Amino acid sequence: MEPDLLSHFYVFMLATFLGLEIIRRVSPLLHTPLMSLTNAISAITVVGSLVIAGEQKTTLSTILGTVAVTASMINIVGGYMITYRMLKMFKKRGPGPK
Amino acid sequence: MSEHLIHIVYMAAAACFILALKWLSAVPTAKRGVITGIIGMLLAVGGTLMSPEILHKGVHGYQWIVVALVAGTAIGIPMALMPMTAVPQRTALSHAFGALAAALVGTAEYYLDTGNAFSMTNLTHFKMTAIGIEVLLGFLTFTASLMAFGKLQGLIPTRPIVYKGQNVVNFTLFTVALVSVIWLIVDPSKTFLFPVVMILSLVFGVLLIIPIGGADMPTVISLLNSYAGLSAAAMGFVLDNKLLIIAGALDGSSGFILSIIMCKAMNRSFTNVLFGAFGQVHAAAVAGEQKTARSAGPEEAAALLEAANSVMIVPGYGMAVAQAQHAVRELFNELTKKGVDVKFAIHPVAGRMPGHMNVLLAEADIPYDKLLEMDDANRELGQTDVALIIGANDVTNPAARHNKASPIYGMPILDVDKARTVMVIKRSLNPGFAGIDNELYYLDKTLMLFGDAKAFTMQLVKNLTGSSGMH
Repeated sequence: MEPDLLSHFYVFMLATFLGLEIIRRVSPLLHTPLMSLTNAISAITVVGSLVIAGEQKTTLSTILGTVAVTASMINIVGGYMITYRMLKMFKKRGPGPK
Repeated sequence: MSEHLIHIVYMAAAACFILALKWLSAVPTAKRGVITGIIGMLLAVGGTLMSPEILHKGVHGYQWIVVALVAGTAIGIPMALMPMTAVPQRTALSHAFGALAAALVGTAEYYLDTGNAFSMTNLTHFKMTAIGIEVLLGFLTFTASLMAFGKLQGLIPTRPIVYKGQNVVNFTLFTVALVSVIWLIVDPSKTFLFPVVMILSLVFGVLLIIPIGGADMPTVISLLNSYAGLSAAAMGFVLDNKLLIIAGALDGSSGFILSIIMCKAMNRSFTNVLFGAFGQVHAAAVAGEQKTARSAGPEEAAALLEAANSVMIVPGYGMAVAQAQHAVRELFNELTKKGVDVKFAIHPVAGRMPGHMNVLLAEADIPYDKLLEMDDANRELGQTDVALIIGANDVTNPAARHNKASPIYGMPILDVDKARTVMVIKRSLNPGFAGIDNELYYLDKTLMLFGDAKAFTMQLVKNLTGSSGMH
Protein backbone atom coordinates (compact mmCIF):
# COMPACT_ATOMS: atom_id res chain seq x y z
CA MET A 1 0.00 0.00 0.00
CA GLU A 2 1.26 3.49 -0.82
CA PRO A 3 2.30 5.54 2.20
CA ASP A 4 -0.11 8.34 1.23
CA LEU A 5 -3.01 5.94 1.21
CA LEU A 6 -2.03 4.64 4.58
CA SER A 7 -2.04 8.16 6.00
CA HIS A 8 -5.63 8.56 4.74
CA PHE A 9 -6.63 5.55 6.80
CA TYR A 10 -4.90 6.96 9.85
CA VAL A 11 -6.77 10.24 9.38
CA PHE A 12 -10.06 8.39 8.99
CA MET A 13 -9.47 6.30 12.09
CA LEU A 14 -8.42 9.24 14.25
CA ALA A 15 -11.30 11.41 13.04
CA THR A 16 -13.75 8.61 13.80
CA PHE A 17 -12.47 8.19 17.36
CA LEU A 18 -12.46 11.95 17.85
CA GLY A 19 -16.01 12.11 16.50
CA LEU A 20 -17.18 9.36 18.84
CA GLU A 21 -15.65 11.12 21.85
CA ILE A 22 -17.06 14.55 20.97
CA ILE A 23 -20.54 13.38 19.99
CA ARG A 24 -20.86 11.22 23.12
CA ARG A 25 -20.74 14.42 25.15
CA VAL A 26 -23.55 16.17 23.29
CA SER A 27 -26.59 16.63 25.52
CA PRO A 28 -29.65 14.64 24.36
CA LEU A 29 -31.45 17.97 24.56
CA LEU A 30 -29.57 18.99 21.41
CA HIS A 31 -29.72 15.79 19.39
CA THR A 32 -31.91 17.29 16.69
CA PRO A 33 -29.65 20.34 16.13
CA LEU A 34 -26.69 17.95 16.24
CA MET A 35 -28.13 15.99 13.37
CA SER A 36 -28.85 19.08 11.30
CA LEU A 37 -25.36 20.45 11.98
CA THR A 38 -23.60 17.21 11.01
CA ASN A 39 -25.82 17.22 7.96
CA ALA A 40 -24.53 20.65 7.01
CA ILE A 41 -20.96 19.59 7.71
CA SER A 42 -21.28 16.46 5.58
CA ALA A 43 -22.22 18.80 2.73
CA ILE A 44 -18.44 19.12 2.52
CA THR A 45 -19.12 16.90 -0.50
CA VAL A 46 -19.34 20.34 -2.14
CA VAL A 47 -15.53 20.32 -2.34
CA GLY A 48 -15.46 17.31 -4.65
CA SER A 49 -18.53 18.47 -6.55
CA LEU A 50 -17.07 21.92 -7.24
CA VAL A 51 -13.94 20.47 -8.80
CA ILE A 52 -15.94 18.14 -11.06
CA ALA A 53 -18.32 20.94 -12.07
CA GLY A 54 -15.46 23.38 -12.66
CA GLU A 55 -13.05 21.13 -14.55
CA GLN A 56 -15.73 20.47 -17.21
CA LYS A 57 -13.87 17.49 -18.61
CA THR A 58 -16.90 15.87 -20.22
CA THR A 59 -20.56 16.86 -20.61
CA LEU A 60 -21.63 14.01 -18.33
CA SER A 61 -19.20 14.92 -15.58
CA THR A 62 -20.17 18.60 -15.78
CA ILE A 63 -23.87 17.77 -15.42
CA LEU A 64 -23.27 15.35 -12.54
CA GLY A 65 -20.95 17.85 -10.86
CA THR A 66 -23.42 20.71 -11.21
CA VAL A 67 -26.27 18.66 -9.74
CA ALA A 68 -23.96 17.56 -6.92
CA VAL A 69 -22.97 21.17 -6.15
CA THR A 70 -26.66 22.10 -6.04
CA ALA A 71 -27.49 19.21 -3.69
CA SER A 72 -24.55 20.06 -1.40
CA MET A 73 -25.41 23.75 -1.41
CA ILE A 74 -28.99 22.97 -0.35
CA ASN A 75 -27.61 21.19 2.71
CA ILE A 76 -25.07 23.89 3.50
CA VAL A 77 -27.59 26.74 3.42
CA GLY A 78 -30.53 24.74 4.79
CA GLY A 79 -28.50 22.88 7.40
CA TYR A 80 -26.69 25.79 9.02
CA MET A 81 -29.75 28.06 8.90
CA ILE A 82 -32.14 25.62 10.53
CA THR A 83 -29.58 24.62 13.17
CA TYR A 84 -29.14 28.26 14.12
CA ARG A 85 -32.91 28.76 14.10
CA MET A 86 -33.40 25.81 16.45
CA LEU A 87 -30.69 26.90 18.84
CA LYS A 88 -32.18 30.37 19.10
CA MET A 89 -35.32 28.75 20.50
CA PHE A 90 -33.58 27.10 23.43
CA LYS A 91 -34.02 29.52 26.31
CA LYS A 92 -33.37 28.94 29.95
CA ARG A 93 -36.42 30.73 31.32
CA GLY A 94 -39.62 31.43 29.49
CA PRO A 95 -40.99 34.97 29.40
CA GLY A 96 -43.95 34.00 31.61
CA PRO A 97 -44.01 34.87 35.35
CA LYS A 98 -41.92 32.57 37.47
CA MET B 1 -3.83 29.55 -5.01
CA SER B 2 -0.95 27.18 -4.55
CA GLU B 3 -1.46 23.55 -3.64
CA HIS B 4 0.14 24.09 -0.21
CA LEU B 5 -2.00 27.07 0.67
CA ILE B 6 -5.14 25.09 -0.19
CA HIS B 7 -4.01 22.32 2.13
CA ILE B 8 -3.60 24.82 4.94
CA VAL B 9 -7.05 26.26 4.27
CA TYR B 10 -8.54 22.77 4.30
CA MET B 11 -6.78 22.00 7.55
CA ALA B 12 -8.25 25.12 9.14
CA ALA B 13 -11.69 24.10 7.85
CA ALA B 14 -11.31 20.65 9.42
CA ALA B 15 -10.38 22.26 12.75
CA CYS B 16 -13.47 24.48 12.50
CA PHE B 17 -15.73 21.46 12.00
CA ILE B 18 -14.27 19.69 15.02
CA LEU B 19 -14.70 22.78 17.20
CA ALA B 20 -18.22 23.27 15.85
CA LEU B 21 -19.28 19.84 17.07
CA LYS B 22 -17.45 20.26 20.35
CA TRP B 23 -19.23 23.54 21.07
CA LEU B 24 -22.57 22.08 20.11
CA SER B 25 -22.43 19.80 23.15
CA ALA B 26 -24.11 22.35 25.45
CA VAL B 27 -26.70 25.06 24.90
CA PRO B 28 -24.61 28.08 26.02
CA THR B 29 -21.86 27.43 23.44
CA ALA B 30 -24.00 25.82 20.74
CA LYS B 31 -24.59 28.93 18.62
CA ARG B 32 -20.86 29.61 18.56
CA GLY B 33 -20.54 26.06 17.24
CA VAL B 34 -22.81 26.78 14.30
CA ILE B 35 -20.94 29.99 13.42
CA THR B 36 -17.64 28.08 13.54
CA GLY B 37 -19.13 25.45 11.27
CA ILE B 38 -20.14 28.14 8.79
CA ILE B 39 -16.61 29.59 8.84
CA GLY B 40 -15.22 26.12 8.19
CA MET B 41 -17.52 25.65 5.23
CA LEU B 42 -16.68 29.10 3.80
CA LEU B 43 -12.98 28.25 4.05
CA ALA B 44 -13.51 24.92 2.33
CA VAL B 45 -15.62 26.35 -0.49
CA GLY B 46 -13.35 29.37 -0.93
CA GLY B 47 -10.22 27.24 -1.02
CA THR B 48 -11.74 24.88 -3.56
CA LEU B 49 -12.89 27.71 -5.83
CA MET B 50 -9.27 28.91 -5.91
CA SER B 51 -7.91 25.48 -6.80
CA PRO B 52 -5.83 25.21 -9.98
CA GLU B 53 -8.18 22.64 -11.58
CA ILE B 54 -10.95 25.23 -11.75
CA LEU B 55 -8.80 28.36 -12.09
CA HIS B 56 -7.07 27.26 -15.27
CA LYS B 57 -10.47 27.18 -16.97
CA GLY B 58 -10.83 30.92 -16.37
CA VAL B 59 -14.23 32.55 -15.96
CA HIS B 60 -15.68 29.76 -18.07
CA GLY B 61 -14.99 27.28 -15.26
CA TYR B 62 -17.34 29.06 -12.89
CA GLN B 63 -20.46 29.34 -15.03
CA TRP B 64 -22.13 26.12 -13.88
CA ILE B 65 -20.80 26.50 -10.38
CA VAL B 66 -22.56 29.85 -10.01
CA VAL B 67 -25.79 28.40 -11.39
CA ALA B 68 -25.60 25.49 -8.93
CA LEU B 69 -24.70 27.67 -5.94
CA VAL B 70 -27.63 29.98 -6.65
CA ALA B 71 -30.06 27.10 -7.24
CA GLY B 72 -28.89 25.33 -4.07
CA THR B 73 -29.32 28.49 -2.02
CA ALA B 74 -32.78 29.08 -3.47
CA ILE B 75 -33.91 25.59 -2.44
CA GLY B 76 -31.95 25.56 0.83
CA ILE B 77 -33.53 28.68 2.33
CA PRO B 78 -37.17 27.44 2.26
CA MET B 79 -35.92 24.11 3.62
CA ALA B 80 -34.47 25.97 6.60
CA LEU B 81 -37.75 27.78 7.23
CA MET B 82 -39.92 24.68 7.51
CA PRO B 83 -41.97 24.44 10.72
CA MET B 84 -40.37 22.58 13.62
CA THR B 85 -43.00 19.81 13.46
CA ALA B 86 -41.62 19.01 9.98
CA VAL B 87 -38.01 18.72 11.15
CA PRO B 88 -37.85 14.89 10.90
CA GLN B 89 -38.91 14.83 7.25
CA ARG B 90 -36.68 17.81 6.47
CA THR B 91 -33.75 15.96 7.97
CA ALA B 92 -34.55 12.84 5.94
CA LEU B 93 -34.68 14.97 2.79
CA SER B 94 -31.33 16.57 3.48
CA HIS B 95 -29.75 13.14 4.07
CA ALA B 96 -31.04 12.34 0.58
CA PHE B 97 -29.35 15.41 -0.94
CA GLY B 98 -26.06 14.74 0.85
CA ALA B 99 -25.98 11.14 -0.28
CA LEU B 100 -26.95 12.12 -3.84
CA ALA B 101 -24.02 14.54 -4.08
CA ALA B 102 -21.58 11.82 -2.99
CA ALA B 103 -23.06 9.24 -5.35
CA LEU B 104 -22.98 11.59 -8.35
CA VAL B 105 -19.39 12.62 -7.76
CA GLY B 106 -18.44 8.94 -7.52
CA THR B 107 -20.25 8.26 -10.79
CA ALA B 108 -18.54 11.20 -12.51
CA GLU B 109 -15.14 10.03 -11.29
CA TYR B 110 -15.72 6.52 -12.58
CA TYR B 111 -16.73 7.65 -16.06
CA LEU B 112 -13.93 10.22 -16.23
CA ASP B 113 -11.38 7.54 -15.43
CA THR B 114 -12.80 4.91 -17.77
CA GLY B 115 -13.12 7.55 -20.55
CA ASN B 116 -9.86 6.58 -22.27
CA ALA B 117 -6.94 4.22 -21.93
CA PHE B 118 -4.67 6.88 -20.47
CA SER B 119 -7.01 7.94 -17.64
CA MET B 120 -7.72 4.25 -16.96
CA THR B 121 -4.32 4.05 -15.25
CA ASN B 122 -5.66 6.45 -12.60
CA LEU B 123 -8.29 3.95 -11.63
CA THR B 124 -6.34 1.78 -9.25
CA HIS B 125 -7.97 -1.11 -7.43
CA PHE B 126 -7.97 1.01 -4.33
CA LYS B 127 -9.65 4.00 -5.97
CA MET B 128 -12.24 1.66 -7.45
CA THR B 129 -12.94 0.24 -4.00
CA ALA B 130 -13.53 3.73 -2.64
CA ILE B 131 -15.74 4.65 -5.62
CA GLY B 132 -17.67 1.42 -5.13
CA ILE B 133 -18.38 2.18 -1.47
CA GLU B 134 -19.20 5.81 -2.23
CA VAL B 135 -21.66 4.93 -4.98
CA LEU B 136 -23.24 1.97 -3.18
CA LEU B 137 -23.78 3.88 0.07
CA GLY B 138 -24.64 7.11 -1.74
CA PHE B 139 -27.38 5.78 -3.96
CA LEU B 140 -28.93 3.47 -1.36
CA THR B 141 -28.98 6.27 1.21
CA PHE B 142 -30.49 8.57 -1.40
CA THR B 143 -33.58 6.44 -2.07
CA ALA B 144 -33.81 5.19 1.51
CA SER B 145 -33.88 8.79 2.75
CA LEU B 146 -36.48 9.74 0.15
CA MET B 147 -38.62 6.82 1.36
CA ALA B 148 -38.16 7.89 4.97
CA PHE B 149 -39.17 11.40 3.91
CA GLY B 150 -42.27 10.00 2.20
CA LYS B 151 -43.27 8.04 5.29
CA LEU B 152 -42.70 10.96 7.66
CA GLN B 153 -44.53 13.37 5.39
CA GLY B 154 -47.43 10.91 5.12
CA LEU B 155 -47.01 10.45 1.35
CA ILE B 156 -46.45 6.71 1.85
CA PRO B 157 -48.24 4.60 4.51
CA THR B 158 -46.16 4.67 7.71
CA ARG B 159 -47.07 1.18 8.77
CA PRO B 160 -44.47 -1.46 7.96
CA ILE B 161 -45.10 -3.23 4.67
CA VAL B 162 -43.97 -6.83 4.88
CA TYR B 163 -44.29 -9.75 2.53
CA LYS B 164 -43.14 -13.33 2.54
CA GLY B 165 -39.48 -13.80 1.68
CA GLN B 166 -38.77 -10.08 2.10
CA ASN B 167 -35.46 -10.60 3.82
CA VAL B 168 -34.41 -13.15 1.22
CA VAL B 169 -35.18 -10.69 -1.60
CA ASN B 170 -33.32 -7.86 0.12
CA PHE B 171 -30.36 -10.02 0.97
CA THR B 172 -30.09 -11.43 -2.57
CA LEU B 173 -30.31 -7.96 -4.10
CA PHE B 174 -27.63 -6.59 -1.82
CA THR B 175 -25.38 -9.57 -2.46
CA VAL B 176 -25.67 -9.11 -6.23
CA ALA B 177 -24.81 -5.40 -5.83
CA LEU B 178 -21.85 -6.25 -3.63
CA VAL B 179 -20.56 -8.94 -6.00
CA SER B 180 -20.82 -6.45 -8.89
CA VAL B 181 -18.76 -3.94 -6.90
CA ILE B 182 -16.14 -6.57 -6.13
CA TRP B 183 -16.02 -7.58 -9.78
CA LEU B 184 -15.51 -3.92 -10.72
CA ILE B 185 -12.69 -3.66 -8.21
CA VAL B 186 -11.00 -6.66 -9.76
CA ASP B 187 -11.55 -5.35 -13.28
CA PRO B 188 -12.60 -1.66 -13.41
CA SER B 189 -12.92 -1.77 -17.20
CA LYS B 190 -16.16 -3.79 -17.00
CA THR B 191 -18.22 -0.65 -17.51
CA PHE B 192 -21.50 -2.53 -17.97
CA LEU B 193 -21.40 -3.40 -14.26
CA PHE B 194 -21.48 0.20 -13.09
CA PRO B 195 -25.12 0.94 -14.02
CA VAL B 196 -26.03 -2.40 -12.42
CA VAL B 197 -24.51 -1.25 -9.13
CA MET B 198 -26.27 2.11 -9.41
CA ILE B 199 -29.71 0.61 -10.07
CA LEU B 200 -29.42 -2.14 -7.48
CA SER B 201 -28.33 0.37 -4.82
CA LEU B 202 -31.25 2.65 -5.66
CA VAL B 203 -33.72 -0.25 -5.47
CA PHE B 204 -32.16 -1.63 -2.30
CA GLY B 205 -32.61 1.74 -0.58
CA VAL B 206 -36.34 1.61 -1.28
CA LEU B 207 -36.72 -2.00 -0.15
CA LEU B 208 -34.78 -1.31 3.03
CA ILE B 209 -37.30 1.28 4.27
CA ILE B 210 -40.54 -0.40 3.14
CA PRO B 211 -40.76 -2.72 6.18
CA ILE B 212 -39.88 0.00 8.69
CA GLY B 213 -42.63 1.52 10.82
CA GLY B 214 -42.97 5.09 11.99
CA ALA B 215 -41.81 4.43 15.54
CA ASP B 216 -38.49 3.08 14.26
CA MET B 217 -37.77 6.29 12.36
CA PRO B 218 -35.44 7.76 15.02
CA THR B 219 -33.05 4.84 14.55
CA VAL B 220 -33.38 4.78 10.79
CA ILE B 221 -32.78 8.52 10.39
CA SER B 222 -29.67 8.25 12.57
CA LEU B 223 -28.42 5.32 10.54
CA LEU B 224 -28.96 7.19 7.27
CA ASN B 225 -27.12 10.16 8.78
CA SER B 226 -24.21 7.85 9.40
CA TYR B 227 -24.30 6.40 5.86
CA ALA B 228 -24.37 9.88 4.29
CA GLY B 229 -21.27 10.75 6.31
CA LEU B 230 -19.47 7.55 5.38
CA SER B 231 -20.14 8.09 1.68
CA ALA B 232 -18.60 11.58 2.05
CA ALA B 233 -15.57 9.99 3.70
CA ALA B 234 -15.35 7.49 0.83
CA MET B 235 -15.35 10.47 -1.52
CA GLY B 236 -12.35 11.75 0.38
CA PHE B 237 -10.49 8.51 -0.36
CA VAL B 238 -11.47 8.76 -4.05
CA LEU B 239 -10.35 12.38 -4.39
CA ASP B 240 -7.32 12.16 -2.12
CA ASN B 241 -8.78 14.80 0.16
CA LYS B 242 -8.28 14.59 3.93
CA LEU B 243 -10.82 17.32 4.71
CA LEU B 244 -13.56 15.17 3.19
CA ILE B 245 -12.32 12.16 5.14
CA ILE B 246 -12.39 14.06 8.44
CA ALA B 247 -15.78 15.70 7.93
CA GLY B 248 -17.27 12.45 6.66
CA ALA B 249 -15.86 10.48 9.58
CA LEU B 250 -17.25 13.02 12.08
CA ASP B 251 -20.69 12.79 10.48
CA GLY B 252 -20.50 9.03 10.25
CA SER B 253 -19.59 8.61 13.91
CA SER B 254 -22.29 11.05 14.97
CA GLY B 255 -24.99 9.11 13.15
CA PHE B 256 -23.57 5.89 14.55
CA ILE B 257 -23.71 7.10 18.16
CA LEU B 258 -27.25 8.40 17.74
CA SER B 259 -28.36 5.06 16.25
CA ILE B 260 -26.87 3.21 19.21
CA ILE B 261 -28.61 5.53 21.67
CA MET B 262 -31.92 5.03 19.85
CA CYS B 263 -31.52 1.25 19.72
CA LYS B 264 -30.68 1.10 23.43
CA ALA B 265 -33.71 3.23 24.23
CA MET B 266 -35.86 0.62 22.52
CA ASN B 267 -33.87 -2.37 23.77
CA ARG B 268 -33.36 -3.54 20.20
CA SER B 269 -30.48 -4.31 17.86
CA PHE B 270 -29.71 -2.80 14.44
CA THR B 271 -30.68 -6.01 12.70
CA ASN B 272 -33.92 -6.12 14.62
CA VAL B 273 -34.82 -2.57 13.56
CA LEU B 274 -33.87 -3.12 9.93
CA PHE B 275 -35.23 -6.60 9.44
CA GLY B 276 -37.67 -7.06 12.29
CA ALA B 277 -40.74 -5.18 11.00
CA PHE B 278 -41.84 -4.60 14.57
CA GLY B 279 -45.45 -3.45 14.40
CA GLN B 280 -46.79 -6.20 12.18
CA VAL B 281 -45.91 -9.33 14.03
CA HIS B 282 -47.57 -8.61 17.31
CA ALA B 283 -50.59 -6.65 16.19
CA ALA B 284 -52.88 -9.62 16.48
CA ALA B 285 -51.42 -10.92 19.72
CA VAL B 286 -53.50 -8.79 22.06
CA ALA B 287 -57.15 -9.44 22.72
CA GLY B 288 -59.11 -11.13 25.44
CA GLU B 289 -59.95 -10.18 28.98
CA GLN B 290 -62.05 -7.11 29.53
CA LYS B 291 -60.44 -4.52 31.72
CA THR B 292 -61.92 -1.28 32.82
CA ALA B 293 -60.33 2.11 32.74
CA ARG B 294 -61.46 5.16 34.66
CA SER B 295 -62.00 8.33 32.70
CA ALA B 296 -62.42 11.97 33.67
CA GLY B 297 -63.51 15.22 32.08
CA PRO B 298 -61.49 18.43 31.78
CA GLU B 299 -62.98 19.99 34.95
CA GLU B 300 -61.99 17.14 37.21
CA ALA B 301 -58.56 16.84 35.60
CA ALA B 302 -57.91 20.58 35.86
CA ALA B 303 -58.86 20.54 39.54
CA LEU B 304 -56.45 17.68 40.22
CA LEU B 305 -53.64 19.43 38.35
CA GLU B 306 -54.25 22.66 40.23
CA ALA B 307 -54.17 20.88 43.58
CA ALA B 308 -50.87 19.17 42.77
CA ASN B 309 -47.48 20.38 43.94
CA SER B 310 -45.59 18.80 41.08
CA VAL B 311 -46.64 17.75 37.59
CA MET B 312 -44.55 15.79 35.10
CA ILE B 313 -45.71 16.10 31.51
CA VAL B 314 -44.72 13.21 29.23
CA PRO B 315 -44.95 14.25 25.58
CA GLY B 316 -44.85 11.85 22.65
CA TYR B 317 -45.31 11.80 18.91
CA GLY B 318 -49.05 12.30 19.39
CA MET B 319 -48.33 15.79 20.70
CA ALA B 320 -46.45 16.60 17.50
CA VAL B 321 -49.19 15.18 15.30
CA ALA B 322 -51.88 17.18 17.09
CA GLN B 323 -49.63 20.29 17.01
CA ALA B 324 -50.40 20.58 20.70
CA GLN B 325 -47.05 22.04 21.83
CA HIS B 326 -48.34 25.61 22.08
CA ALA B 327 -51.43 24.51 24.03
CA VAL B 328 -49.07 22.55 26.31
CA ARG B 329 -47.04 25.70 26.82
CA GLU B 330 -50.20 27.56 27.94
CA LEU B 331 -50.93 24.75 30.36
CA PHE B 332 -47.35 25.03 31.61
CA ASN B 333 -47.80 28.79 32.12
CA GLU B 334 -51.11 28.49 33.94
CA LEU B 335 -49.88 25.78 36.28
CA THR B 336 -46.59 27.58 36.94
CA LYS B 337 -48.54 30.72 37.76
CA LYS B 338 -50.46 28.75 40.38
CA GLY B 339 -47.25 27.60 41.97
CA VAL B 340 -47.24 24.08 40.55
CA ASP B 341 -43.79 22.75 39.69
CA VAL B 342 -44.13 21.56 36.09
CA LYS B 343 -41.45 19.55 34.33
CA PHE B 344 -41.24 17.46 31.20
CA ALA B 345 -39.99 13.89 30.93
CA ILE B 346 -38.42 13.18 27.54
CA HIS B 347 -37.87 9.60 26.44
CA PRO B 348 -34.99 9.29 23.93
CA VAL B 349 -37.22 7.79 21.23
CA ALA B 350 -40.23 10.04 21.80
CA GLY B 351 -41.13 11.45 18.40
CA ARG B 352 -39.71 10.63 15.03
CA MET B 353 -36.05 11.63 15.39
CA PRO B 354 -33.51 12.03 18.18
CA GLY B 355 -34.32 15.12 20.24
CA HIS B 356 -37.59 15.80 18.39
CA MET B 357 -39.62 16.65 21.53
CA ASN B 358 -36.97 19.01 22.89
CA VAL B 359 -37.02 21.10 19.74
CA LEU B 360 -40.81 21.24 19.64
CA LEU B 361 -41.07 22.30 23.28
CA ALA B 362 -38.24 24.80 22.89
CA GLU B 363 -40.09 26.29 19.93
CA ALA B 364 -43.14 26.66 22.16
CA ASP B 365 -40.96 28.68 24.59
CA ILE B 366 -40.70 26.06 27.32
CA PRO B 367 -37.45 26.78 29.18
CA TYR B 368 -35.03 23.97 28.42
CA ASP B 369 -34.05 23.44 32.05
CA LYS B 370 -37.55 22.03 32.54
CA LEU B 371 -36.90 19.24 30.02
CA LEU B 372 -35.61 16.16 31.84
CA GLU B 373 -33.82 13.18 30.35
CA MET B 374 -35.22 9.76 31.11
CA ASP B 375 -32.97 8.89 34.08
CA ASP B 376 -33.47 12.27 35.78
CA ALA B 377 -37.21 12.09 35.18
CA ASN B 378 -37.41 8.60 36.66
CA ARG B 379 -35.62 9.80 39.79
CA GLU B 380 -38.30 12.46 40.26
CA LEU B 381 -41.38 10.52 39.22
CA GLY B 382 -41.60 8.77 42.58
CA GLN B 383 -42.25 12.12 44.28
CA THR B 384 -44.45 13.54 41.52
CA ASP B 385 -48.14 14.18 42.21
CA VAL B 386 -49.45 13.97 38.67
CA ALA B 387 -47.89 12.48 35.57
CA LEU B 388 -49.70 13.85 32.52
CA ILE B 389 -49.12 11.86 29.35
CA ILE B 390 -49.76 13.64 26.08
CA GLY B 391 -49.42 11.55 22.95
CA ALA B 392 -46.94 9.02 24.32
CA ASN B 393 -47.78 5.35 24.75
CA ASP B 394 -45.30 2.47 24.64
CA VAL B 395 -42.56 4.42 26.44
CA THR B 396 -44.84 4.52 29.49
CA ASN B 397 -45.97 0.89 29.51
CA PRO B 398 -45.00 -0.82 32.79
CA ALA B 399 -45.19 -4.18 30.98
CA ALA B 400 -41.69 -3.39 29.66
CA ARG B 401 -40.42 -3.89 33.23
CA HIS B 402 -42.06 -7.13 34.25
CA ASN B 403 -43.99 -8.88 31.47
CA LYS B 404 -41.50 -11.18 29.75
CA ALA B 405 -44.10 -12.06 27.10
CA SER B 406 -44.46 -8.45 26.01
CA PRO B 407 -42.66 -7.47 22.79
CA ILE B 408 -41.35 -4.36 24.52
CA TYR B 409 -40.02 -6.28 27.53
CA GLY B 410 -36.67 -4.85 28.60
CA MET B 411 -37.16 -1.49 26.92
CA PRO B 412 -36.26 1.36 29.28
CA ILE B 413 -39.41 3.30 30.08
CA LEU B 414 -40.51 6.37 31.98
CA ASP B 415 -41.82 5.11 35.32
CA VAL B 416 -44.98 7.20 35.23
CA ASP B 417 -46.82 4.59 37.29
CA LYS B 418 -44.68 5.64 40.28
CA ALA B 419 -46.41 9.03 40.34
CA ARG B 420 -49.36 9.47 42.71
CA THR B 421 -51.85 10.05 39.90
CA VAL B 422 -51.48 9.32 36.21
CA MET B 423 -53.47 11.13 33.53
CA VAL B 424 -53.41 10.11 29.91
CA ILE B 425 -54.79 12.28 27.11
CA LYS B 426 -55.72 9.88 24.35
CA ARG B 427 -58.35 9.56 21.66
CA SER B 428 -59.36 6.03 22.64
CA LEU B 429 -58.01 2.93 24.32
CA ASN B 430 -56.54 1.69 21.02
CA PRO B 431 -53.05 0.29 21.48
CA GLY B 432 -49.89 2.02 20.20
CA PHE B 433 -47.67 1.35 17.21
CA ALA B 434 -46.59 -2.07 18.32
CA GLY B 435 -50.19 -3.10 18.92
CA ILE B 436 -49.42 -3.60 22.59
CA ASP B 437 -52.07 -2.94 25.17
CA ASN B 438 -50.81 -0.49 27.77
CA GLU B 439 -51.61 -1.81 31.25
CA LEU B 440 -50.96 1.65 32.63
CA TYR B 441 -54.44 2.65 31.45
CA TYR B 442 -56.11 0.14 33.75
CA LEU B 443 -54.35 1.05 36.99
CA ASP B 444 -56.45 2.39 39.86
CA LYS B 445 -54.44 5.61 39.93
CA THR B 446 -54.89 6.26 36.21
CA LEU B 447 -57.44 8.65 34.74
CA MET B 448 -58.05 8.52 31.01
CA LEU B 449 -58.77 11.89 29.45
CA PHE B 450 -60.39 11.01 26.15
CA GLY B 451 -59.98 13.54 23.36
CA ASP B 452 -57.64 15.20 20.90
CA ALA B 453 -54.34 16.20 22.53
CA LYS B 454 -54.58 19.85 21.50
CA ALA B 455 -58.33 20.30 22.13
CA PHE B 456 -58.20 18.62 25.53
CA THR B 457 -55.15 20.57 26.65
CA MET B 458 -56.87 23.81 25.70
CA GLN B 459 -59.92 22.76 27.72
CA LEU B 460 -57.64 22.13 30.70
CA VAL B 461 -56.19 25.62 30.27
CA LYS B 462 -59.68 27.11 30.05
CA ASN B 463 -60.74 25.39 33.26
CA LEU B 464 -57.59 26.55 35.03
CA THR B 465 -57.99 30.21 34.01
CA GLY B 466 -61.72 29.99 34.85
CA SER B 467 -61.04 28.80 38.39
CA SER B 468 -58.51 31.53 39.08
CA GLY B 469 -61.23 34.06 38.24
CA MET B 470 -63.41 32.71 41.03
CA HIS B 471 -60.87 33.20 43.79
